[in-house]
Amino acid sequence: MKKLFITCCCLLGMLAGPVFAELDDAVRAPDAETTPVAVEPSELTTVALEAGLDAEALAPVVTIESLLLELTETSLNKTIPVLEQLHDLGGKEILPLFKTLLAGDLYYVKATRQVVGKIETKGETEYKDPLTSVLVSDLGKRDVKKIRVNNRLRNYLNGVIARIRLSSERAEVRETAVKNLLSELDADTIVTIQAARQHETVASVQEIMDLALAMYQLESSTQQADQLAAIEAIGGSLEGDARNVLRYFADMATDHSDYNPVVSKAAAKALDRIQERVELYGFVDQLFFGLSLGSVLLLAAIGLAITFGVMGVINMAHGEMIMLGAYTTYVIQLIMPNLIDYSLWVAIPAAFIVSGLMGVLIERLVIRHLHGRPLETLLATFGISLILQQLVRTIFSPLNRQVASPEWMSGSVEINPVLSLTLNRLYILAFALLVFFALQLILKKTNLGLNVRAVSQNRSMARAMGVRSDRVDAMTFGLGSGIAGIAGVALSQLTNVGPNLGQAYIIDSFMVVVFGGVGNLLGTLVAAFSLGIANKFLEPVTGAVLASILVLVFIILFIQKRPKGLFPQKGRAAE
Amino acid sequence: MTFKKLVTGVALAVGATMASYSALAADTIKVGVLHSLSGTMAISETTLKDTVLMMVEEQNKKGGLLGKQLEAVVVDPASNWPLFAEKTRELLTKDEVDVIFGCWTSVSRKSVLPVIEELNGLMFYPVQYEGEESSKNVFYTGAAPNQQAIPAVDYLMNDLGVKRWVLAGTDYVYPRTTNKILEAYLKSKGVKESDIMINYTPFGHSDWQSIVSDIKKFGSKGKKAAVVSTINGDANVPFYKELGNQGVSAEDIPVVAFSVGEEELSGIDTKPLVGHLAAWNYFQSVDSDENEAFIESWQKFTGNDERVTNDPMEATYIGFQMWTQAVAKAGTTDVDKVEQALIGQKAPNLTGGMAVMNKNHHLSKPVLIGEIQDDGQFEVVWETDGLVAGDAWSDFLPGSKDLIADWTAPTKCGNYNTKTKTCSGQNY
Repeated sequence: MKKLFITCCCLLGMLAGPVFAELDDAVRAPDAETTPVAVEPSELTTVALEAGLDAEALAPVVTIESLLLELTETSLNKTIPVLEQLHDLGGKEILPLFKTLLAGDLYYVKATRQVVGKIETKGETEYKDPLTSVLVSDLGKRDVKKIRVNNRLRNYLNGVIARIRLSSERAEVRETAVKNLLSELDADTIVTIQAARQHETVASVQEIMDLALAMYQLESSTQQADQLAAIEAIGGSLEGDARNVLRYFADMATDHSDYNPVVSKAAAKALDRIQERVELYGFVDQLFFGLSLGSVLLLAAIGLAITFGVMGVINMAHGEMIMLGAYTTYVIQLIMPNLIDYSLWVAIPAAFIVSGLMGVLIERLVIRHLHGRPLETLLATFGISLILQQLVRTIFSPLNRQVASPEWMSGSVEINPVLSLTLNRLYILAFALLVFFALQLILKKTNLGLNVRAVSQNRSMARAMGVRSDRVDAMTFGLGSGIAGIAGVALSQLTNVGPNLGQAYIIDSFMVVVFGGVGNLLGTLVAAFSLGIANKFLEPVTGAVLASILVLVFIILFIQKRPKGLFPQKGRAAE
Repeated sequence: MTFKKLVTGVALAVGATMASYSALAADTIKVGVLHSLSGTMAISETTLKDTVLMMVEEQNKKGGLLGKQLEAVVVDPASNWPLFAEKTRELLTKDEVDVIFGCWTSVSRKSVLPVIEELNGLMFYPVQYEGEESSKNVFYTGAAPNQQAIPAVDYLMNDLGVKRWVLAGTDYVYPRTTNKILEAYLKSKGVKESDIMINYTPFGHSDWQSIVSDIKKFGSKGKKAAVVSTINGDANVPFYKELGNQGVSAEDIPVVAFSVGEEELSGIDTKPLVGHLAAWNYFQSVDSDENEAFIESWQKFTGNDERVTNDPMEATYIGFQMWTQAVAKAGTTDVDKVEQALIGQKAPNLTGGMAVMNKNHHLSKPVLIGEIQDDGQFEVVWETDGLVAGDAWSDFLPGSKDLIADWTAPTKCGNYNTKTKTCSGQNY
């Protein structure tokens, strides 16, 4: 028995040798955020041997290898102790392993129980040793099994990684590391932060480190002067954790009558000061939400503003033009799966062409024959919308399709801890404005625009002047539909791409166009943004359902008062 | 001459089909399938139609039932709630089916109830729902609130230490009733009114910016917060996307969902969802022999080896097993006899163990909580020790506290008041 044990330990020790020799490679691996200290291979081996000889104590030898093996076998609840041991043994070197685990990319080979990290490069999946970055060849999807992680593990890993990253070479990494640690400040962490603070040279990182130290000082100190100084230091910060600490001390006076009122009052005062700023930024935040909703409405409605507003055709299939644009995005991403980041740039012109051609087709085949009969046009286009929906259902299945977001559109820009703007909304806002001005330019400065305006103002006169009105009609309808297709590309980034996508936006689109004033692009812009902002400011008060009802009721009343919308057409064109 | 020939031909053909039709009708047991194949609910319900078809096919391979072959009669109620009632009537009177597997949304079930009770049909309802109902003619194989919502909240409270609660749902009967039950439950556990935030959104809501930002603010008050989501259908996709974009991670504010399963996840990019939770009675990832066999035959049946399975499919599977066993036991497809034979039936859960049909027409099943992984599957992080019996009438609502359902003699009542000892009859 004893013999067997010793042999095992020796074997493990020998195994450890070559792996650690390769650690030098890991130092040169791309992830050079930290500067790992190479562990002498012989050291660990001897430790293992000694422990193995000292089998009287029956202490099992723990090496990184044995722990990794254990990692593949333990249940989720028992993983943290294994990781803690790994951290103790490996120190900074364990960082790549932990990062792989946190990302959910850590696997093990079923046959050999070797732990490997999955790396995807250009659609190719490779498996590498997470510590040494040595490629493990010839592994298929079926040969490996994932090492699962849950929230508790992720929390732990985040904490460890943040502590390790305090000594990162990049300032922003250090800054996020301290921020991640703010919620769980304990004595150990504070010692680490204190040590790091002494070498810190970048002002923003210094600031956040000081905040962490002040927060700890407030929590741990018993001296009133120290606490007051800490509150003073915390008072300028917008970090959520800082507010929580202050709130805790502000509430102390009410919860415990014997608590020092001076500290409590100071905390309450500092909290009030912060709260004022938070509310201001909250307002800015809400304004942004409103603008962003407005930009979505604008995109959805602007095509309709041309077909309905300028041409006077009630096009119930407008929503389906948006849907076609969204599906075009999906198809483009299918065609170029490895270039998702660029797919949108291809999708925008493609969607314009697809929806535009469909628009021309509908105009030539149906709408042209129903000129001047709005009721029939309405019914016919409604029928077309149903046909298009069913067509999409037949081709793509009734299930929603997954359109991926490019990397550059995910996440948000953090302006300060309480105000961050989501990137996808920001881009779409800019895009909506761009489309609007481009369209304005087309209508005002090009020949096509001139013809469109001429035909919409006085058809017979335009024809008398030699404008081919039927061709202009088709072009206009195609332009409006094409713009709807572009809107579909943008909407595919925000909402579900499915056969019903268009229906969700058709009512909103008509609402915006009617409210803004038929035949007026600027009116559409103003209407979209004012409805968006109104909706978003109502929502926190009334809830989402009631907010949209209120907006609708408001529009109905408004139309009663001013049937021609915000910016009615003037002069003869209005007739 | 030719005309005469044609007439005879047509007459013959019609006669032949009618003859074969009646012959077929006599020899088969008919299984009605009442799931939407078009409209908004088609996304979820088509899968269940296919599941029933697969079960029928398998049963027929085993030699049918009572020596007869099973025949599936599929109708399409098209996500149109009143049409569900009409189609039920059609199935029961025209097609004379012996059993119906159907419905998804609570509102469609409510629409079917009067018809199925009037014509004394038999229906299996396979989806988690809000409870507060027990009909003689319906067997509920999905989870009641105490088999999904309450254990999920317990898990968040005890294991994750959640102190503040966001109850977010779509604006219709299931989320509203579930949230009412949860609110009462949380308050009974000493949670303050100010620590509960309730929010409803319309079907298909896509602009989640301000709601997510509210949740973020609500969750940054120092106490651990969680979202209990009864958000239904495809509104979930933009919701989770917005959570990801605004940087709300599962470690900060976990979202536990009752309507998000493998099928819903198969259509979306799951990266931003990793770590969020769902509570179900079944997950595809559970390792068991029954489950493996089921997944294999499902993927073979659909001809797609990436096709996922989900909880309502398991509920359909269990319901179908129990029905065939009960018919075999009763020796007939007569509704009253099968109904009595069904009570006490046992069928294997796909996650291991046996599901039992209780007197109140609800199942005893295990409850699992899983974390979403980046491959669209769930990793089970918690499960109940044993089976949880489905409770038709919630113990946390004042109106239904004293009510029980018991369809065995002598009570034979769906809402029996244990205090007043009366049966008030159905009131839907």
